[in-house]
Amino acid sequence: MSTLSEAVAETSVRPARRMPRRRLFSPGLLAALPVLALLAIGFLAPLIAVTAFSFAEPRSFTVFGAPTLENYRTIFSPANTVYLSFVWSLVFAALAVVLLALLCYPVAYGLAHIFGRWANLITLLLVFPLFISENIRLFGWVLFFIKNGVLDGTLKSLFGLELQSILFTPPVIVFGMVYVYLPFMLFPMVLGLSMVPREVVEAAGDLGASRLQTFREVELPLAMPGFIIGGLLTFVLAVGAVAESKVLGGQSVIVITHDIEIAFTYAQNWPLGAALSVLLTAVVGTLVLLVLRYLDLDRILGRR
Amino acid sequence: MGGPGKSRGPGRMGGWIGAWTLLVIVFLYLPVACGVLASLSQSRYFGFPITQWSTRWWQRTVDSIEIGILIQTSVLIALMVTAVSVVLAFMGALAFARYDWRGRKIFQRIVLLPIFFPQAVLGLALLLWFNTLGLPLSWKTAVFAHLVWIVPIATLIISIQVYSFDAALEEAALDLGATRWQVLREVTLPVLGPGIFSGALFAFLLSWGNFPLSLYTTGADSTVPEYLYAKMVAGYTPGVPTLGALTTGGAAVILVVGYVSWIFMRRAQGR
Repeated sequence: MSTLSEAVAETSVRPARRMPRRRLFSPGLLAALPVLALLAIGFLAPLIAVTAFSFAEPRSFTVFGAPTLENYRTIFSPANTVYLSFVWSLVFAALAVVLLALLCYPVAYGLAHIFGRWANLITLLLVFPLFISENIRLFGWVLFFIKNGVLDGTLKSLFGLELQSILFTPPVIVFGMVYVYLPFMLFPMVLGLSMVPREVVEAAGDLGASRLQTFREVELPLAMPGFIIGGLLTFVLAVGAVAESKVLGGQSVIVITHDIEIAFTYAQNWPLGAALSVLLTAVVGTLVLLVLRYLDLDRILGRR
Repeated sequence: MGGPGKSRGPGRMGGWIGAWTLLVIVFLYLPVACGVLASLSQSRYFGFPITQWSTRWWQRTVDSIEIGILIQTSVLIALMVTAVSVVLAFMGALAFARYDWRGRKIFQRIVLLPIFFPQAVLGLALLLWFNTLGLPLSWKTAVFAHLVWIVPIATLIISIQVYSFDAALEEAALDLGATRWQVLREVTLPVLGPGIFSGALFAFLLSWGNFPLSLYTTGADSTVPEYLYAKMVAGYTPGVPTLGALTTGGAAVILVVGYVSWIFMRRAQGR
């Protein structure tokens, strides 16, 4: 009896409570739809196309044939040295991330806690290079490092020194990555550091923690989400970087993205390029999805 | 025994951090300065110190019809990208940060995926996709390619502003008898104005400077970064750094004008 009357009561109350949600879609989903549609057509579909192409007949330009594993067989055959490109790309990216973390930490700390009202202007100065095409900026470094360039010319005319140019060697590729991706490490780090309440750091100091202890046991764990996002973002972008090795590296090393590009252009072997892209996407995607699962984006972006 | 006497030394550490930041800024702008130097050199091949200064490469670049067309294409793409991304990203940001709905957490991650993705690979994937659809490549396909990358970024930027938005304002307006449309026009949009504006600024400038996506998706149309890249690889003249410096200057003007108007918007809002 009582359950029945409860049920009746509930049904009679429900429609009123549900009034604003009577629509088929919630306002959130409705607002999300355009972006979701764009990403379905512009991101998901191209990735499916690439995957389909990677199973196409080598050197063909259509996906509508009998699927074959030939492209993957070519890549994984022991005679193929393309795995070296993968190794180079991963090593360069890892080095770039470590160097960037060291380079950016003091700046991020300054922006989050020290610069005060100057922070906006400094941020603007640090953001601006993002809007200059990366190949223009990398070319500036070519002019700097090249024989008779700015560095060489200055050393010669001032000190009579002549140095071997580091241009067109592998280390300068890492240098280029550090240069181009600096903002992508810096700003997530700033977000992370501004999540650390000042009082907590001061309390740790007052309780007798050394500066290193405070950093390791208070600041670092609290700021970690920002650092992880910065590291992940720069790693992914650096793995996929191609301009650095082509403009600065002078093709002394072929990175994986360059291999993919060669397959698509000179070699005219789209299916092979597609198979390489699928492998690169698999590596990057696994990493990104694993890390993103553990981050609470509301907290990272919402706290000011 | 720390106690009150122990100096935290924020002053000295602040000094070191300031100096380090200054070095980083110099590091960021050094190649830009090298480009400007090279553009002011008279001789065809770059050598430093510069023996003969000249502005003839600037003259030539400004006069060139070919470069005028390149700039037009780049501006056209950037304007279209800005217009579309602002609308999509505004709605996306509401879904990202404002509404509580069931798929929100997943939506937030989906939005991040194109940002956490190598752009060159995305460009090639789009090339394959357009080819499969039989779409001819032109500046229009480039606009679409830019959108895939820029809309998520603009969504994040606007979201940050949306997070600090007090939803009670909207409800108050509704309670006072405003229609949904009035609330959007007179409450939501003005409050979110600065965020939307920074989103638009980012969209324009990121599209203007983009190279990896344009490279594979513009077809016969060419943007400034693409042209410069082709010239860097083969056929260097001081015209290359000149055009580079010119586009940099253009972006700087837009950013400064944008930043100043943004500050005014914030001020007006504060009142």
